[in-house]
Amino acid sequence: MNKIDMVDARGLSCPQPVILTKKALEKNGGTAVIAVDNPVSRDNVKAFAESRDLKVSVKEDGEDYILTIG
Amino acid sequence: MKKNRYISIISMGVIMGIFSVLLVYLGNPKNMGFCIACFVRDIAGSLGMHNATAVQYMRPEVVGLVLGAFVMSLIGKEFKPTGGSSPFIRFILGCFVTVGALMFLGCPLRMVLRLGGGDVNAVFGLIGFSLGIGAGIFALNKGFSLKRSYNQSYTEGSLFGIVNIMLLVMILFIPQIFIASEKGPGSMHAPMWISLIAGLVLGAMAQKTRLCMVGGIRDAFLFKDFYLLSGFAAIFVSSFIGNIITNNFHLSMADQPVAHTNILWNILGMALVGFASVLLGGCPMRQLILAGSGNSDSAVTVMGLLVGGALSHTLNLASSPAGPTLNGKIAVIIGLIFCFAITFANIQKQKN
Repeated sequence: MNKIDMVDARGLSCPQPVILTKKALEKNGGTAVIAVDNPVSRDNVKAFAESRDLKVSVKEDGEDYILTIG
Repeated sequence: MKKNRYISIISMGVIMGIFSVLLVYLGNPKNMGFCIACFVRDIAGSLGMHNATAVQYMRPEVVGLVLGAFVMSLIGKEFKPTGGSSPFIRFILGCFVTVGALMFLGCPLRMVLRLGGGDVNAVFGLIGFSLGIGAGIFALNKGFSLKRSYNQSYTEGSLFGIVNIMLLVMILFIPQIFIASEKGPGSMHAPMWISLIAGLVLGAMAQKTRLCMVGGIRDAFLFKDFYLLSGFAAIFVSSFIGNIITNNFHLSMADQPVAHTNILWNILGMALVGFASVLLGGCPMRQLILAGSGNSDSAVTVMGLLVGGALSHTLNLASSPAGPTLNGKIAVIIGLIFCFAITFANIQKQKN
């Protein structure tokens, strides 16, 4: 499985994390790995992925969250 | 899970609509249960930052909103001190948000409340608002970014909340220290306790539900996500029904309270609000909530709203029911140019 570059959306204002997620999904054909650093962004990215019927898992990494989609 | 989200935000919208109608019934200016731009401007007046004697009052709603968010974010462990994302650009954008809002005579939340009161001029505000959001979406899609924020100290993150606690103490024990209008919209206010409680309850709910007027339209366009917009719609429907019940619904363009009928400048004023708010990542109310939740970039933005409110009267930028001023028109055009300039200056080529 090819390693996908992680999208670093930490510290970015709403709705940039979701926009970057959208772009990554388009680029990678339906998969993405995104790092955010707050629950709002985590929930927004998760909700976005789920609205596209994509599987998403969330891992806590210290104060950050890593979301793996697809 | 999905259904729960919608239930929460729609409930919040309904409660907000009800509180707004109640605050008007108890003394707030008509169709102004809440108006972040107007209220922050009134607070600027109460602190002597401008001399417009009709609009000076330390609005407890604003203090309540911040403290409600502060407490709720702490309880829900979502309080997070962050900052450092282009604070001065945010300050200036905040100034321009108020300039645009006072051109239209309402922030996005008041725009919805005006719609719920039958104010047809607010339809043009909504058109302008949507156009401004469109421009903001264009900027975001091009890669606009104010760069990331970083963790800050708990002192930095909580100081805005602490300042509001101080304001609350002053409101409760030495209210006479603030300037208070004796005539005009600044003299029209519900009893302090109701305003405060309304602010606290809604601040807490807004923090939990992430309610944001700008986000509502923005997310619907960008991602076909209607979560925030449903909150927006709930406010409209509940305030409409509340206004019918309290006999405050009047469908017209002319003679609407604290409003003017200049179509072009209602559109352009709210276009500036929409555009700048998207660049800022949230509407004025959302900025108050974020600031209470530890975001010092939003605290700086609120300072921009405050100074913008003061300047709008000192420099004669604010509209009146008679219509826009020449200075205000120039300021809105400068603001729109500024937003476009900031967009092009801050486009980042993303590697990912």
